[in-house]
Amino acid sequence: MHMRKTDVVVIGAGAVGCAVARELSKYKVSVIVAEKNEDIGGDASKSNSAIIHTGYDASPDTLESQLVVAANPMYDKIASDLDVPFRRIGAILPAITQEQYEKLPAIREKAFRNRVYDVEYRSREQLLEMEPNLNPDVLGGLYIPRESIIDPFILVQAYAENACENGVEFLLSEKVTGIRTENGAVTTVVTENEEIACKWIINCAGLYCDDIAAMVGKDEYKVVPRKGQFFILDKNTSCKVQHIVLPIPTKVTKGKLMCPTIHGNMLVGPTAEDQPSKTDKSTTQEGLQSIVRDVRNLVPNVNVRDTITQYSGLRPNRVPEGLHFDVYDDLKGYINLSGVRSTGLTLSAAMGKYVVQQMLALGAGFEPKQDYIARRRGIIRFHEQTPEIQEQLIRSDPRYGNVICRCETITEAEILQAIHRPLGARSMDAVKRRVRAGMGRCQAGFCGPKVIEILARELGCSPEEITKNEPGSNMVTGRTR
Amino acid sequence: MYELSCDVAVIGGGPAGLAAAISARENGAENVLIIERDNALGGILQQCIHPGFGLTRFHEELTGPEYFGRFVARAKELGVRSMLSSMVLEVNPEAKQILATSSEYGLTRVQAGSIVLSMGCREKTRASIMVPGTRPAGLYTAGAAQRLVNRQNIMVGKRIVILGSGDIGMIMARRMTLEGAKVVMVVELMDYLAGLTRNRVQCLDDFGIPLKLSHTITRIEGDRRVTGVYVAPVDENKKPIAEKEEFVACDTVLFSVGLMPENELTRKGGIEINRITNGPCVDQHMQTSAPAVFACGNVVHVNDLVDNVSRESEKAGRAAALYALGKLPKANRTVTCMTGNNVRYLCPQCIHVTDEAETAEIYFRVLAPQEHVRLRACCGGKVVYEHAEFRVNPGEMNHVTVKTADLTGEELTVEVIKED
Repeated sequence: MHMRKTDVVVIGAGAVGCAVARELSKYKVSVIVAEKNEDIGGDASKSNSAIIHTGYDASPDTLESQLVVAANPMYDKIASDLDVPFRRIGAILPAITQEQYEKLPAIREKAFRNRVYDVEYRSREQLLEMEPNLNPDVLGGLYIPRESIIDPFILVQAYAENACENGVEFLLSEKVTGIRTENGAVTTVVTENEEIACKWIINCAGLYCDDIAAMVGKDEYKVVPRKGQFFILDKNTSCKVQHIVLPIPTKVTKGKLMCPTIHGNMLVGPTAEDQPSKTDKSTTQEGLQSIVRDVRNLVPNVNVRDTITQYSGLRPNRVPEGLHFDVYDDLKGYINLSGVRSTGLTLSAAMGKYVVQQMLALGAGFEPKQDYIARRRGIIRFHEQTPEIQEQLIRSDPRYGNVICRCETITEAEILQAIHRPLGARSMDAVKRRVRAGMGRCQAGFCGPKVIEILARELGCSPEEITKNEPGSNMVTGRTR
Repeated sequence: MYELSCDVAVIGGGPAGLAAAISARENGAENVLIIERDNALGGILQQCIHPGFGLTRFHEELTGPEYFGRFVARAKELGVRSMLSSMVLEVNPEAKQILATSSEYGLTRVQAGSIVLSMGCREKTRASIMVPGTRPAGLYTAGAAQRLVNRQNIMVGKRIVILGSGDIGMIMARRMTLEGAKVVMVVELMDYLAGLTRNRVQCLDDFGIPLKLSHTITRIEGDRRVTGVYVAPVDENKKPIAEKEEFVACDTVLFSVGLMPENELTRKGGIEINRITNGPCVDQHMQTSAPAVFACGNVVHVNDLVDNVSRESEKAGRAAALYALGKLPKANRTVTCMTGNNVRYLCPQCIHVTDEAETAEIYFRVLAPQEHVRLRACCGGKVVYEHAEFRVNPGEMNHVTVKTADLTGEELTVEVIKED
C-alpha cells in the first residue's frame, strides 16, 4: 500500500468531479481525484445528449433547478477560458397536436418560475422557417434561445487539465474500496493501491455514488440507472436540423429529441429505460426502433439509415428522486452528491462553485491562490483552420501534414498531443474522445490500425497491450505465424 | 504554399488510379501526377496477398501486390509522377485545382488540365447496419482486420464469427484459419451469397467453414472484449425469428456487409452523385457532371473484380488526357441509361453520342439471382444488344456492349429477362 496525505479527495473524474476539482484548484488546498476508470471522463458524462440546458423545464425551487439555471450562463466564459467547443443554437418545442398546443402556456409558466424568462412563442410559420424539416402539421411552439450544444468529452478534459495544471493530482484506474472514519469524521480513502489520509471526501461517483455512500453508512438512497439509447447520424445525412428539436413532455417522459452535435453530426434519442444494472450499456432493437418512431413525429424525414453509430448511456437517477447535496453532522468532512442525472453535464459548472461555497460555509477556511492559471488551451484542430494557419502548423510540426483519420481529417500531430498531454490518452477510446480519430463514418475502419500502431509506439509497448478502454479490452490478440 | 501543375491529376494510387494514370500518359498527356494518401502506391491491393487477381486481364492468377506491381512498373516507365503520403482536402472542379496536405510538402495546390477521381471505397460498419448490443473490443470490418493481419502482422482474434458473405469476409475466413484462428461461421442475411462463388468454394467450403444463409447477428455481447453473439434465422421479410436465436461464443466479429464509394471530395466539389451507386454519375468516358473531372473504379460503383476496375479506369484516363489536350469529342446528344427488369443500377448512367463511332460498355448488377436469362439492351424501340447467360448473381457484375451509332432513341434500357 502506498500512503499519501491530502486535504481533499474527490471520488470520480466525471463532469462533476472534475468541475469540483477545478474549482478547488483555485484555492490553496491539496486535492486528489480518485477515478476507477483508466481515463478521466466518467460514465454518464461521456454518453449523453451533449446539451447545455437552460433549466426551463426543471422542477421549480429545487437544488437541481437552481444549479442548472445558474450554470447555463457560465458556459460562454468556460468555453473561452478552457477552449471548449460550445454553441448557443437554441431549442424549439413544437406542438404537433392540439393537446400538445394547449400545454405550451404551462411550460412557459414553469420556465418563468425557474427564472428562465427568455422562452418565447413561435407561430407555425416561424417554426417551419426556422426548421424546414419539421413536421408540417406543427401548430406552433416555444423557442428557448439559450439551450446549447457542447463537446462533452472536451468539457470534462478541460476541467481536468486545468485542475491538473493548477496542482490537482489525478489517480486513474484507482477504484475506491473503502473509507475510514474516526470520531465522527473522515480520515482516509482506501483505493486498490493507495491509502490517502484526508480531511474532506467529496463523493462525485455518479452511477456508483450509493456504493461509496454505503462505505460510510450513508446509503439512505439507491441509484437506479436509467438507460438512454442514441443514434448519431452522418454529417452528410439528407435531413438535418439547426436547433435542438424537443418534444412536448408527457407525464411519463421528457421524450426523444433531435439536434446537431457541435461537430456537425445529427444526434437522435434518447430512450429512458430504468434498469438494475450499472454496467449494461447495450443498445437494443426495441429501443432503437422506439427512437425512430418517436422522432419521426417531430422530423418526419429523419434518415436513421445514415447512422454512423449507436450508443447508450446510463443516467445515475436515484430513489428517492432528485439531485441531492448532503453533509452530515455525525460525519464531518464527508460530502455526498447524488441524483446527478441528465442535467449533470450542465450543472457541473455551478456544482463546482456550490460545493466549494458549502465547504467554506462549513469552515474549510480555504484561501484563494494568487497564481491560479485560469486558461487552458486545447489541441489545435487542423481541419478547422484556414489554409494559412494549416501551412504554419505543418511547418512547425510536419506531423500536422500526416492525416491519420480521413473521415474527420485528424492528423498525427493531434493524436500525439492527445497522448502526451497531462492526463493523456492511454487507449483507443481515450484518443477518440480527445481528437475524434475514429468518430467519423468509417468508425475507425481506416485509422484504427494506424492508431493502434501510434499508441504502441508512443507508449513503448506492443500492439497486443493496446486496449479499447479498460484492462481486458485488448484490441488484438497476438502476432501472425 | 507549394504549387504544382500537371495535365492530368489522379486522386488515389490504387488499381483505378494507376490504370487511369498509365492510360492518360499513353493517350498523350505529358505530365501525369498521382496524389496518394498512403506511403506507397497500390491501394487496398497491398493487403490482398491472396491470389485470384488478373485472370481476365493477364490470363494468369496473381496476388494483389503482383497485380498492382505490373501497373506501378509501367507507370514508372512512362514517367508518371506521384506524391505519396498526401491527402487531398479539396477539389475545385471549375478551377481544376486540388488542395492537398502532406508532411513533406505542406499544403500543396495542384493546377491540372483535368482531374481523375479514384479514391476507392470504404466498408460499411456494424453501426451502419445497426446491430444492437454492447460496444466491446473485437469488432472489426473485414478490411481493417485484413490490414492488421497482412500488413502489420497482428492477429485480431482467436475465435471468429463473420457477418456478411462479401468477398473480403470470405477471404478473411480463410486467412484467419490459416493463421490458426477458429472461424466458427459466416452469417449471411440474404438467401444467397454476397460475394463471388469461387470465394465460397476456395475460402469456406475447402476449410469446412459453415455458411449460414438467411441468418443474422441479433446482438453482440461482451463488456470489454466480445464474448459472443446471438445468431438467428430470418423470415421472408428478413426479420430475425426470436425463438430460434442461439448464442455463439467468440472473441471477434468481422463485418463484411458491403462497401460504399468514398465520395467526400466528390460531394464537396458539387459533382452529381447517383442515389443507388453512391458514386458520381458518369458517361461512357467516365466523365462526371463537372466536365474536367473524370472518375473510375470503386469510387464510382463497387466492382467485383479488379480486372474490371483497370479496364474502366483506362477509359477514364484516356478521356481525361483528351480533355486536358482539348481533344475530347463534343457530344451531339445524350442517351439516358434506364434500369429494366432485375437491374439494380447501370454504370455509366448516360451515353454521350459524338461524331466518333464508339462502342460503350454498360456495367450493372442484378437485384436478385436468376437462371437461364437473357441480358438485353433496347433503344428507340430496337434491341441493340442481347446475350444469353446461364446464371446472374448480385455479387457478380454483368455488362452489355452497344454501338453508339445504334442509339437512335433518347433512352437505353437494360434488362434481364427469363429465357423463353
